[in-house]
Amino acid sequence: MAKVWVYGEMSEGKLNATAAEIMARARELGDVTAITLGAGAKAAAALLGKHGAKSAYANEDPVFDEFLAEPATDALADLHEKESPDLILFSFTSDSRDIAGRLAARLGVGLISNASEVGAKNGGFTAKVPYFGGAKVASVRANARPAIVLIRPKSFEASETGGTAEIKELTVSIADGSKRARVVERVVEASEKVKLEDAKVVISGGRGMGGPDNFPLLEELAGALGGAVGASRAVVDAGWVPYSMQVGQTGKSVRPGVYIAVGISGAMQHTVGMKTSKVIIAINKDAEAPIMKMADLGVVGDALKIVPALTAAVKAKKGKS
Amino acid sequence: MKIVVTVKQVPDPNSSHVLEADNTLGRDKEVVLDPGDECGIEEGLQLKEAHGGEVVLVSMGPERAKDAIRKGLSMGADRGILITDANLSGADAYLTARALAAAIKAEQADIVICGTESYDGSTGMVPPILAELLGLPQLTFAKKVEIDGSKVKVNRQTADGHMVLEATTPVLITVTAAIAEPRYASLKGIMAARSKEVKQLSLGDLAVEAGERAETIEAMADAEARKAGAVIEDDGTAVDQIVKVLADAKVL
Repeated sequence: MAKVWVYGEMSEGKLNATAAEIMARARELGDVTAITLGAGAKAAAALLGKHGAKSAYANEDPVFDEFLAEPATDALADLHEKESPDLILFSFTSDSRDIAGRLAARLGVGLISNASEVGAKNGGFTAKVPYFGGAKVASVRANARPAIVLIRPKSFEASETGGTAEIKELTVSIADGSKRARVVERVVEASEKVKLEDAKVVISGGRGMGGPDNFPLLEELAGALGGAVGASRAVVDAGWVPYSMQVGQTGKSVRPGVYIAVGISGAMQHTVGMKTSKVIIAINKDAEAPIMKMADLGVVGDALKIVPALTAAVKAKKGKS
Repeated sequence: MKIVVTVKQVPDPNSSHVLEADNTLGRDKEVVLDPGDECGIEEGLQLKEAHGGEVVLVSMGPERAKDAIRKGLSMGADRGILITDANLSGADAYLTARALAAAIKAEQADIVICGTESYDGSTGMVPPILAELLGLPQLTFAKKVEIDGSKVKVNRQTADGHMVLEATTPVLITVTAAIAEPRYASLKGIMAARSKEVKQLSLGDLAVEAGERAETIEAMADAEARKAGAVIEDDGTAVDQIVKVLADAKVL
């Protein structure tokens, strides 16, 4: 069996959801060892055990929360010496990107980034990677060992196996020379009622919304449906809404039951972050917009009229049932 | 203060992308300076304006990538370095970073600025690999940079806000598009750029061996398209039809 590592990214004591998603594929590729570093690491390791990790290394030293990338890189490089894994999987999220890149350079092996799939082939590993904002998909083979692959959030659906990981304390000593990029403060700018990544319904607005003043229409619809509001890059760049709402290549990836794209043309940059949604509804005044070619239902019309009417209809239907 | 900004020439995001038979980009197609790098150059120029020093652009690519450097020079950067070599064709992130690291090391920069990821490859891996190879700390996803002597403070974009990071120079910073609105090159800037130095280096000049590729692209295919569903004009029944789809999907 191949030795597979899954790095579980921690943020303020909590495990990033992508690690459990990655487990769904990782456990098919070999015996999985999870590695979690920082506050809450032990509980997170146990959680990854439930998702199929056979063993886990955890270390709750605050150094991993206080400094970016370098302490974690040191810990992983150290452990690599002892364990020589065949495959190391990271999530394609900010902290993991920083660590994975440094680790690949430290080990001199390169890596495959931004992947949406990873599999075993001819005794090695290959991954699928979107290029040009998602227009093309490349099959990329890792030539070095360990293969390091970064997986986009929402590429797999997390599911528990009911297993238990044997959790070991990872012993590390972090040199002062690795304590350089210090985290001084964490600031929450946007507090969402429903997290965009977890919402069953996502309603996203683009330039077709006309301006930031019309976004409350989307909020109301989201409120009625118990969903969350997202946005295209164009309106985030224009300053209408904060970056935390951006869906797409350089924003969040979502995979809701229903995605409603309102006034969004459907540039690749955007669709790569939402095209695995189960059902897509598009509302746009342009029948030729690319989003119409991928929507299960495309409505050509005035979003500013349709959205409030839809909100009223949803509320009426909910009232009845 | 010496500031190095890494820049890349990419296919124009507004053009269609045609690949060659070997899955490399047809670089003679419409190519532009990566829009993300324009933001990096702008930030570099603003830091220079506030603290003095020099802004050096470093790129890897075919000879034509000089145009991308020239564009940055016309915005106000001081000089450029282009690493170009037949053995770099189809280079992966690791080899790219090794080549860039060799050139940047010789510059002894106080600050290295990179975009978070390129428009075309989107791997986002050159900056962290580069930081490791240069032995620098990395302050990533910056939407604001403040410098006070040797102290560097950065607001790092996070999923729900930002974190404040600190380090001392030398440091590598990756910047998001939110960092600064790139300036337009003035006519004077464009004229001045013509006489600015762009040094061309080969892998041999940098004593870098291309070696084996860490990854190989085995196949490139069009992304799987979703099947188009019904497209309807809103004739007054659109809301009912949307409600039906929501009900069928069991979210209502």
